[in-house]
Amino acid sequence: MIRRTAAGLALACALGGAAQAQDLKAEVIHWWTSGGESAAVRVFAEQYTKAGGTWVDSAIAGGANARTAAINRTVGGNPPTAMQFNTGKQFDDLVEADLLASIDQVAAEGKWKDIMPAAITAAVTRNGHVYAVPVNIHGQGWLFASNAALAKAGATMPKNWDELFVALDKLKAAGLVPLAFGDQKTWERGLFNATLAGRGGAAMFEGFWGRRDVALVKSPEFKAVAESFRRLRSYTDAGAPGRNWNDATTMVIQGKAGFQFMGDWAKGEFTAANQVAGKDYDCTVLGDKGTPYILGGDVFAFPKNKNAVAAQTLLAKTMLDPVTQIEFAKKKGSIPVRLDLDVSSLDACAQKATKWLADKSTQVPANELLSPPALTGAMEDVVSQYWNDTTVTTDAFVAKVVATLSAQY
Amino acid sequence: MKSSHINAQIALLPAILIALVVYCGTTGWTIWISFTNSRMLPSSVMVGWRNYLSLIGNERWVVSVTNLFVFGALFISAALVLGFLLAAMIDRHVRAESLFRSVFLYPFSMSFIVTGLAWRWLLDPTLGIEKLAHAIGFSWFHFDWLVRPDRVIYTLVLAAVWHAAGLVMAILLAGLRGIDGEIWKAARVDGLPVWRTYISVILPMLTGSFATATLLLATSVVRLYDLSVAMTNGGPGVASEVPAKFVMDHLFERANVGLATAAASTMLVTIVAVAAPWLYYQQRGRRT
Repeated sequence: MIRRTAAGLALACALGGAAQAQDLKAEVIHWWTSGGESAAVRVFAEQYTKAGGTWVDSAIAGGANARTAAINRTVGGNPPTAMQFNTGKQFDDLVEADLLASIDQVAAEGKWKDIMPAAITAAVTRNGHVYAVPVNIHGQGWLFASNAALAKAGATMPKNWDELFVALDKLKAAGLVPLAFGDQKTWERGLFNATLAGRGGAAMFEGFWGRRDVALVKSPEFKAVAESFRRLRSYTDAGAPGRNWNDATTMVIQGKAGFQFMGDWAKGEFTAANQVAGKDYDCTVLGDKGTPYILGGDVFAFPKNKNAVAAQTLLAKTMLDPVTQIEFAKKKGSIPVRLDLDVSSLDACAQKATKWLADKSTQVPANELLSPPALTGAMEDVVSQYWNDTTVTTDAFVAKVVATLSAQY
Repeated sequence: MKSSHINAQIALLPAILIALVVYCGTTGWTIWISFTNSRMLPSSVMVGWRNYLSLIGNERWVVSVTNLFVFGALFISAALVLGFLLAAMIDRHVRAESLFRSVFLYPFSMSFIVTGLAWRWLLDPTLGIEKLAHAIGFSWFHFDWLVRPDRVIYTLVLAAVWHAAGLVMAILLAGLRGIDGEIWKAARVDGLPVWRTYISVILPMLTGSFATATLLLATSVVRLYDLSVAMTNGGPGVASEVPAKFVMDHLFERANVGLATAAASTMLVTIVAVAAPWLYYQQRGRRT
């Protein structure tokens, strides 16, 4: 019995070895499973096949599930060729445990430093080495508006936060839902971030999440941001708690609601409903001090595996190929991670975003790029309580934020 | 005789090994990890009671534990009372008995996810019962507990009782059917009213059935997770968070394995503290 098991193991190892020897076979774990997302990832698969590789698709629904599966397999010694992360600190621990391969050479050959925003290259670099390939840029704090609802209420597209509140009041008076909101913790944090960057400016956003500047949080400027954030709650409807973000987007699409704050992935919903940016709906990033474009996105990291180096290198090159980048961005609703491409074939919102990105002073890295998941999560709870529990005063909120920023994360 | 004894022990060996490695081993490992600074991956740097201290100071954890006790007490008592009333009703030989029995037991065949979603739609003020009441003219009607942080936990109780009352009914009905008809005759001869017979005579005879039902309900209280996820996702705010969800969120999404395992260990200790006296009492009852 034991001998047979041993023989079986040997056979399995031999087969495993054979599979690894096929150089350009790439198993990719990702969580792009919705309609627009899977169309986008198919662009990668097709381009990789064209380049001579074999794409093995491992889609796992839900970001946390996909990351958990990929991490468990990597730690267990059976890594995929590539695995998806959000641009940011999600793979820090894997770098520390020496489980990821660095792709310095690909980055140097592709001149990433010249063609990508600095925040993005910084987000994939640890101790001077590049550990992941960024594939797209998502802007997180967009404001979407229904042109039909605005016209009905006699409101106009705002250019700053004071104008936004005027427009919200007009929508309320017209009996519409002023602000469509999917009230879940993640989106409460998203709305807080949009307010922080928009009302407080890019510098305050970086001071909050990046430097964890306690003095800044205690300033009257931050208090004003917090109060603007909470004021937004009076413009949401009773059905908001627990609603999904895309159901909130549908309210804007149908003209039942005026505005929604969401990342640019919401464009996929408008496109699916045959609405055109600039005609049926409008999009902007509101800022009192410049246009604070909150940069996020997706990256692929490569677990260490000496048999997969060729496949990993080819994958990284293919994903950054100009044609792949544009086609992917169209399907995904994001913008290309390379700023040296012709984006005239993308939608009006994406073209605005590319223009803003040329100005480095107003870009801010998303909070996932600046803080580890444990801090992000703890802050999410604090923000959520301030938003939902009206008995929490702004001063109490400030005190809790200070305590969370100073805790060990 | 002796060799069969050894054979029996050999046969039991795999079971014992599984119990030791899978149950005791992983439990011990979890407790050990909770004293380290593990984040996404397990680490072996000991940090003493730090995770436990930040757990006590964590408002969401405090809310979760409070919710578990509020939910547990209300859910178990309401399900037992309602289940008993349903069982007693059916036991009075109503017409279409089997139809009622199936209808009452039916919710139990659904998962907590389906239960949670259905009740979320029913209780959502812009979609469900409230909208219906407004549409047919009762504009004074308001039921927005699902979106009120101070009331939301009671809506979880409502959904869970709906889910479990049928099971309690089935268990108690089996107990009621096991009671000798002579007892009813004797009560009638003594001129005891029906309600009095139930309370003074029948209920004490159903202790075993009640214990079974309570134990089953208690286990679903401790593992309460999916109902909260499907119905409110812990919201509004952290108002309907529960300990199991706290552990899951910190284990994966928030990459804070140290804090998650500290929470899990605290749960284990709490449950043992509650269950141990009860088990001891049961054991003693059996011996005497």
